[in-house]
Amino acid sequence: MASILVFGETDDTGLTAPTLEMLGAASRLSGDLGGGVALALLGSGLSGAAAAAGPAGADTVYTADSDALASYQTDSYLPVAQAIVEQDSPSVVLMSQSSMGRDLAPRLATRLGTAAIMDSLGLEVDGDRVKATRSCYGGNARQVVTVQTDPQVITVRPKSQDPLEADSSRSAEVVAVNVAEPTLRARTTGKEQAESEGIRLEDAEIVVSGGRGLGGPEAFADLESLAGVLTAAVGSSRAACDLGWYPPSQQVGLTGTVVSPTLYMAIAISGASQHMAGCGGSKNIVAINKDPDAPIFSFSRFGIVDDYKKVLPALEAAFAKALD
Amino acid sequence: MDVIVCVKQIPDPETPAAAFKVDEAAMQVLPAQGISPVISPFDAQAVEAALRIKDASGDGTVNIISLGPDSARDAIKHSLAMGADEGYHLKDDAFEGGDAWTTALALSKAIQHLGVPDVLIFGRQAADWDQGTVGSIVAELLDLPSATVLRAVELNGGSITVSRVVADGFENIDLPTPCVLTISNEFGDPRYPQLRQIMQAARKQVTELTASDLGLDPSEVGAAGSRVQMHALFQPTSDVEVEIIEGDTPEEKAAGLVNALREAKIL
Repeated sequence: MASILVFGETDDTGLTAPTLEMLGAASRLSGDLGGGVALALLGSGLSGAAAAAGPAGADTVYTADSDALASYQTDSYLPVAQAIVEQDSPSVVLMSQSSMGRDLAPRLATRLGTAAIMDSLGLEVDGDRVKATRSCYGGNARQVVTVQTDPQVITVRPKSQDPLEADSSRSAEVVAVNVAEPTLRARTTGKEQAESEGIRLEDAEIVVSGGRGLGGPEAFADLESLAGVLTAAVGSSRAACDLGWYPPSQQVGLTGTVVSPTLYMAIAISGASQHMAGCGGSKNIVAINKDPDAPIFSFSRFGIVDDYKKVLPALEAAFAKALD
Repeated sequence: MDVIVCVKQIPDPETPAAAFKVDEAAMQVLPAQGISPVISPFDAQAVEAALRIKDASGDGTVNIISLGPDSARDAIKHSLAMGADEGYHLKDDAFEGGDAWTTALALSKAIQHLGVPDVLIFGRQAADWDQGTVGSIVAELLDLPSATVLRAVELNGGSITVSRVVADGFENIDLPTPCVLTISNEFGDPRYPQLRQIMQAARKQVTELTASDLGLDPSEVGAAGSRVQMHALFQPTSDVEVEIIEGDTPEEKAAGLVNALREAKIL
């Protein structure tokens, strides 16, 4: 029996970064809670990822390996997740605040007779409870909450926790989980991949983002040009995405992607709380905005007060020269 | 097609950060001076999705349920003014201090009380607590298929086809009815009620339902029935001091910023 069961996710590289971060958090919390750390993986072709579980901090790894689980669907994942929780009987269940976690955590918690806390930023043990600090009111406030029922289901915001240093001398016991043929009511019939040119937002060391203040979609071409010089990813505020100026997959914010690059350049972005929820963890924010009172400046290390249209060409030239 | 939409009245999420204040002792957000509460924006989009389903199917009803204090009535009235048919207000002192679980429990009882419709629609999250769980909990309690965080919903014969926003694109999902959907901001702008519709909605009856009307004991709902406990509510502080890069021309400012980034070893 583990004290903490982490529902991990995998991609082409193995365990995803948020999974490694959750295992790091679970290792730290389990020291105070007592008991071990287990990882649950649902998917197809999991042996490589399962082998990485021990070095990343898991004592046990449950693998539900089946073609039927190749991609996340509520109806196929829910009964398998329930079976693993009932087998492991953890006191805490962690999931990432991902497309999967957002959908699965509340349904799984309800099925288990408990509740889920979503999108935690900080976790600490208090007796037998895990106190979670989370953002609310669009990032304007923080609340500290506990789940009073068991198990305590908590989703974790990507990049809010630190992974462990991988220790290749550690290994996890692998427990294979039987997967029955799922009964699908809602059925995924296809997927539209967002055009993913260049660097993934969540992996980028530098992100150049634009907001409503750009005035139109064509300005994103200028941002992409600057990003090319900086080897940066291009992001967008929710306002600009909602206006159809840039794809939703590039949205940075509470309802989009959370980024924490070394340098975040916010161009014509006002700095609404819900946007800061997605980029507030950046190590350095630079703001370019013609409004000197824009909230973004209060989160920024450096700022330029000017029309981005005038500054951007000069900035691209200056970066190109400096990085030559 | 018959649709029920669950909506919530919340402090305006567009409230400027400077006007946003928290009473830490009471663990409550203080009403901002001169800024009226609104229907949660995702919920207005959910109502829009419901009205489009009704229009596309050519018949049926769109009914609205909201749980909350007196102010919840305004979210219902807004939905009626948009074109919804009937409103139901779950109003009882026993509901106070509840969490997502108790809210979803009461909503699911109300839905069963009214009859489970073809489609149940929620906003992806209420823009106050930002949890995003009530729709999924209701789906689980009523044992219905669900799809969450949707940017498009279409009627496809007797079934529903949706586009779900995921990290790297969109998924197309087919659902049978009855089913539960939650709508994301990518869905697009909801219709804005005209004055005439607002006047008509103002005259419409809203049916009030209490815990006992729904067969719920006061100990099951509100603070007594909650599974999540709040220990603190506060406003985050930023400790960054901004350095504004000055210059007479954009070129000077750009050069100044690049220098500053180099000196700070960020570049």
